[in-house]
Amino acid sequence: MAVTTLRLNGAMISAREGQTILEAAREAGTRIPTLCHLDGVSPVGACRLCLVEVNGRLMPSCVTKAAEEMDVRTDTEQLREYRKMIVELLFAERNHVCSVCVADGHCELQNLAEELGVDHIRFDYLAPECGVDLSHDRYGQDDNRCILCTRCVRVCDEVEGAHTWDVAGRGARSRVITDLDRPWGESSTCTSCGKCVMACPTGALFHRGASVAENVHDRAMLRFLITAREEKRWTV
Amino acid sequence: MGRRIVIDPVTRIEGHAKISIFLNDDHSVADARFHVAEFRGFERFCEGRPLWEMPGLTARICGICPVSHLMASAKAGDAILAVKIPPAAETLRRLMNLGQIVQSHALSFFHLSGPDLLLGFDADPAGRNVFGLARANREAALRGIRLRQFGQEIIERLGGRKIHPSWCVPGGVRAALTVEGRDRIKARLPEAEEAARYALGLMKGLLDRFADEASCFGNFPTLYCGLVAPDGSWEHYDGRLRLSDAQGNILVDSPGADVYREFIAEVIQPDSYLKSPYYRPLGIPGGMYRVGPIARLNLCDRMGTPLADAELTEYRQRGGRIVSSSFWYHYARLIEILASIERIGRLIDDPDLRSDRLRAEAGINATEGVGVSEAPRGTLFHHYQVDRDGLIRSVNLIIATGQNNLAMNATVLQIARRYITGPTIPEGVLNRLEAGIRAFDPCLSCSTHALGQMPMVVRLVGPDGDVLHEERRD
Ligand code: SF4
Ligand code: SF4
Ligand code: FES
Repeated sequence: MAVTTLRLNGAMISAREGQTILEAAREAGTRIPTLCHLDGVSPVGACRLCLVEVNGRLMPSCVTKAAEEMDVRTDTEQLREYRKMIVELLFAERNHVCSVCVADGHCELQNLAEELGVDHIRFDYLAPECGVDLSHDRYGQDDNRCILCTRCVRVCDEVEGAHTWDVAGRGARSRVITDLDRPWGESSTCTSCGKCVMACPTGALFHRGASVAENVHDRAMLRFLITAREEKRWTV
Repeated sequence: MGRRIVIDPVTRIEGHAKISIFLNDDHSVADARFHVAEFRGFERFCEGRPLWEMPGLTARICGICPVSHLMASAKAGDAILAVKIPPAAETLRRLMNLGQIVQSHALSFFHLSGPDLLLGFDADPAGRNVFGLARANREAALRGIRLRQFGQEIIERLGGRKIHPSWCVPGGVRAALTVEGRDRIKARLPEAEEAARYALGLMKGLLDRFADEASCFGNFPTLYCGLVAPDGSWEHYDGRLRLSDAQGNILVDSPGADVYREFIAEVIQPDSYLKSPYYRPLGIPGGMYRVGPIARLNLCDRMGTPLADAELTEYRQRGGRIVSSSFWYHYARLIEILASIERIGRLIDDPDLRSDRLRAEAGINATEGVGVSEAPRGTLFHHYQVDRDGLIRSVNLIIATGQNNLAMNATVLQIARRYITGPTIPEGVLNRLEAGIRAFDPCLSCSTHALGQMPMVVRLVGPDGDVLHEERRD
């Protein structure tokens, strides 16, 4: 297997062929914040949180392949500022009230805000009117807390194979829908497997009946399923 | 109408409020009003939210007594799920509510009202706070602080360190009591009981000293509303909803709370955001009722525990079978603390407290539900309507402070009539006006007001509405 060498924050590291900068950096023990990225499903480069500087240019590390001669910086003043701004914009775009959220304390967006030192939002809140769908008998969906990372869409399509989720609308009016925008509980494709709920980084997808701070996304289970699938543990 | 005296804000009542006193031209008091600018739009926040988020949501938006909202909200949720919650869950909820009564009443007596009661209304304002109290009567202050802590510890042991936003849930509770928690609470019981009895001793001494205040601090006939256990004893979590007249004759005695609308109506007064409920058949002012400690003590036959029962007997010997002075809220609060401590002692060894059957699972089986419980300050109603999936369609909250609103206004008027005879207000009278309202322990804004001298503005407004004089106390 071909190996490339590149510079990461000044140090030389190696990457296997086809690896993204994100993967190579992780292997080298360098953390890059991500949101839309989910191990085991295809990357989309939607959130831009994983931006890094490659030879002076900004690139999303989750979708950029590592290449020879790259000089990658993951933690510059500018990058920190952009990441902070992205998180602020995500908060401003929908209606996030952590203290009464089912995901309070178990939320990747909240964790990132804390990590990046977001202590206030410099942008005007859009305060859109968003719907909550509780029609499914096991799960609920709340657009107020959705950051449009499309993890649910990808995990449902690529891992479960049901493709219940899609994104409808454009721009700030985009939202995730089930089937052709039918209530989730009436979906004919949803197998009720719960992988989307495990994958969702925020409180947008949750277990029906969850109260404040009670919804824990079972990421370990998801990782187990994805690894088993990749390693074809169950194929006969 | 003549002059108008405005006191703003009322200090140490956990919030911002304003008192207006309307004077006639001869400086006699024509009318008085206690304005509340809080409690706006709470119900709207909840519309469209899942039922299961309601305990946490209401506990947050009404942050002064989150535990009480957890109780009433979870009970409304139980009604919508149409479940009987596991017995262990009820025992645990009761334990937390008792802890809440102890801590809230201790705060009210020692921190909020203690400085006035124990140092006197005419004491130097700079020292009339809990620190001044600690200097003048170290034992009282220390016991008070530790008693409150005891109640808080119960809440924390159950709900987690930072009062858990949603320990109570529709159908039950989220976690049981640990063995360690039980042992700790048990170990602190004797000291708590002693503190409660000590406070009762102080209070009885104060009754004579404040005979004048007791006679005019909201001393008038009203109806009383509260929960009573099926056997007639004092109740705080569940039971019959009872309403009596000023003589103690029972007007309503309902096994469930869902019929409250049949006899409770609400008005919104133009200069206040607080809804004022009243007994529908008698209208206003005849339907004015009080809730909270004196109402609960007036309504029950007995406390149901030996020490508290002995205290109730003495209380009634001193004040009569039906107590109508709001000054006696303080006394009643202390008896309730003692009763709560005795009940905690009874509950604490119940093996149910460590059960793992804590939550009834169910879907939406009713589209409407009412939950009622006794908050320290009085009866609390949560009334929800949901759609078939459990999303909130409408919410009606009737809080204790709202139910006491008409009586608080009447109290302000009574005190003003007693002490104000001219266009100036001596320091002691301001304090009495505030203290009259504080007797009700209203849940307005933040409790940090307990910690010191609050800014206060006194305005004299002439007949034409001009501010004649403004006095500011920072
Ligand atoms: S989804 Fe996360 S960031 Fe949004 S309200 Fe919930 S906890 Fe806060
Ligand atoms: S519902 Fe959750 S997983 Fe799906 S797009 Fe929204 S935030 Fe991402
Ligand atoms: S993680 Fe790379 S763009 Fe979202």
